[in-house]
Amino acid sequence: MRLWISLLLLGVTAALIVAGLGQPGVLWGQNRESRDAVDAAGAGAPQAAIASLLRNVQRHDWDGAYAQVAGSSNVDQASFIRDLSGTHGALRTFSGLTGWDLNPLRATDSDAEVRATMHWATPVGALDDARDLKVVREGNAWKVVWPQPHFPDPPPQVIPLTFMRWDLVTGGSGDEWGNRNVDGPRVRIVSMNAVSYEGGSVVIGEAINEDSIPAFVNVNATLVGPDGQVLGNESSFDKVLHVLLPKQVTPYRIDFPEVELAKIKSVQMDVKTSLIGAAADPVIEVSNQAIGDDGAGAKALQGQLLNQSGQVVNIPHIIATFYDDGGRVIWVADGYIDRALLPQSPEPFRVRVPERIANNARNYRVVVNQYSLGGS
Amino acid sequence: MHRSPLLATLTAIALAALCSGQQTGLGISPTVIAGAEISIPAPGTGEATFYLASAAHVAKRKLSLGQPIRLSGQDLSIAGRYVAILCAGSCRSQAFFVTPAAPASLSFVVHPSRAWIGREGAISGVALPFDKFHNLVQDPVNVDFSIVAGGSKLYSASAPSRRGIAWFRAASGSKAGAAQLTASAGTVSARRALQLVASDPCRLQIRATPAPKGVAVETEPIHDCSGNAIPDGTIVTFTANGADGISTVDAPVKHGVARALLASSGNVVITAASGVVMGNELRMSVKP
Repeated sequence: MRLWISLLLLGVTAALIVAGLGQPGVLWGQNRESRDAVDAAGAGAPQAAIASLLRNVQRHDWDGAYAQVAGSSNVDQASFIRDLSGTHGALRTFSGLTGWDLNPLRATDSDAEVRATMHWATPVGALDDARDLKVVREGNAWKVVWPQPHFPDPPPQVIPLTFMRWDLVTGGSGDEWGNRNVDGPRVRIVSMNAVSYEGGSVVIGEAINEDSIPAFVNVNATLVGPDGQVLGNESSFDKVLHVLLPKQVTPYRIDFPEVELAKIKSVQMDVKTSLIGAAADPVIEVSNQAIGDDGAGAKALQGQLLNQSGQVVNIPHIIATFYDDGGRVIWVADGYIDRALLPQSPEPFRVRVPERIANNARNYRVVVNQYSLGGS
Repeated sequence: MHRSPLLATLTAIALAALCSGQQTGLGISPTVIAGAEISIPAPGTGEATFYLASAAHVAKRKLSLGQPIRLSGQDLSIAGRYVAILCAGSCRSQAFFVTPAAPASLSFVVHPSRAWIGREGAISGVALPFDKFHNLVQDPVNVDFSIVAGGSKLYSASAPSRRGIAWFRAASGSKAGAAQLTASAGTVSARRALQLVASDPCRLQIRATPAPKGVAVETEPIHDCSGNAIPDGTIVTFTANGADGISTVDAPVKHGVARALLASSGNVVITAASGVVMGNELRMSVKP
C-alpha cells in the first residue's frame, strides 16, 4: 500500500514538473508581457533569442547562454560571464535574475534592436538593468550581439594612504564605576520635511555629526495623528549614512507607504547614535552630477563615482538629497550600484527622481555609503 | 559569629521588631564607627542567646553570661541602624547606629568625556566619598577639585560634600587637548581625563590649483576661533559646479588640512563646507 502511495506521489510530482517546464515564463520568472511578445513574434524572433540567452543566464548555464551570442560580438566567454555574474564581491555576485522585459526598438529582416530590462533579485531588493541589445540573423537563427563589457583595469600601483582611523576601546565589567565611560557621539537632526508620495508619506531631512568622533547613526520617526494616536513608527533603515564621520552630513529618508500625509498632525524625530570604530578612507569623488533623462522616459540624477583610494568598495550605495530654492530638502533618493568600485576607476551611477522633484530641485548633493567585504 | 539559618534569621527579626520599642539598654554607645570593635557587658550566669540585626546583617550567637560580648569590626562594617538583643529568660535590647568611617576612596564621575572649548559650565564632576567598607560618607567632607590642561591649571575649587555628594561645574577653557581632573579629600584622591576639543572652524579658506585630471583643492590649516587646530578626521565637503555638472568629495582633515581632487573642467565654482560652516568661493577656468 505504502509503495503505491509513494509511486502515486512520485508520478504527480513528475507530472507537475513537466507541466512547469511547458510554461517557461512561469518557471523562469519571465513576465507575461514579454512571454506574449515572444509568442506573438514566433520562435525565430529576435526577442526569442534574447529570452533564450537570459533563460540560460538564469540557470547559470553559461555555455548555453554564450551559444546565443553572435560571433560578431567580439566578447569572449569569460568576459561575458563576468559581465553578467559580477566580480570583486559586487552586489551582482549576490544577485539572481528573476525576469526580464523585452521591448523591440526597431527590426528588419536581418537585424533588430531590443531594449532588455533585466530584473535582478539582490540582498538589498530588486534592481533593474536595462540594455539596448542588437540581434542579428546568422543563417537561420537569431543571435544576440553582446556589447563588449569594459571592466576597470587599474594599473598595478602602490597608493600610499595616511588615512585616519578611530578604534574603540571599551571598558570591562570590572572597571571602577564612572571611570571608563565615554560619551556617545553628538548627532543632531538639522532638517526635517514630510512629503506626500504615491498615496503615502515620506519623512526626509538631514542630520549632522557635530562631534569629533565617528558615530553610528539611525534615524527614527513616529507619526502622530490629530488625536495623539501613533500612526506609524519606522526607521531610516539603509537610507542614511550609518557611519557618520566628524562634521559629516547625512540625508535620511523614512517611508510610510500606508499613512496619508493629510492624516499626520506631527512627526516625532529621534536619532540614535553609538560609538563606532571607523576609517576615514576610502574617499570617493562624485563627479559630473546632473539631472537628465534616464533613457526610459523618466528623470534621473546621473554621474560617476571615483574611488580615490586603493581599497575596493564592493557595494557602493548612492544617497542623493534634493533642495529647493530656499535650501529646503524636498526629496531623498537612493540606489545601489551592482558593480564594485575599483581603485581609481570611474563607475557611472543613476538614481531615479520623480518628475516633480526634478523640475523643482535647484541643487542636489550625493553621498556614498560603502560596504566592503570584511569591513564596514 | 555563627551565621544562623533561616529560622534564626526570622527569630532575630521578630525579636528585633518586638524589642525595637524597648530601650532597656545593653550599654552600647548610641553611635559606633564602622569597623570598630566593641564589647557589650553581659553580667549574670547561665546560658544566653545574642542577636544582632541590621538592614543588611543578621547574626545569632549562643554564649555564657558573665563574659562580655565582643563584636568584631566585620560585624559592624555596614553603616546603618542595628539592634542588639540579649535573651536569657527575658530579653533586653538596644538600638544603635553604625556610622561610616573616614573616607578611604572617592568615586569621581566627570561629564562629558569630550568638551568643546570656550563654553561656560561645559565640564561637571561629582565626587562621592566612601569609607573602606564602601559606606557612603555622609558627614561633610571637603573635596578639592582641579582641572589641569596643557600643563596649566584650568580650574581649582574646594567644595564640601552634602549628604555624601560634592560637585563642581567649570568652563572648558580655550586650549584643546587632554585635561586631567582630580578630586581629593584628605589623603584620598581620584583622577579622570577628558578631551577638550576644538569648536567649529572659524574660517574655512580654500585654494585650488590645476591638476592633470581636474582641480586639486585644499584648505588652509583649519582652526577654531581660539586658534586650536580642528581635529584630524573632520570632514570637509568640496563642491565644484561647472558645465559638466556638480562634483563633490567628502575629504577628511589630515594634519590640519583637507585635500581633494575634483574632476571638473571649464569654468567652475568651487566651494567648501564643514558641518554648518561654509568656506570661501573660488571661480576658475580649468582646461579639460
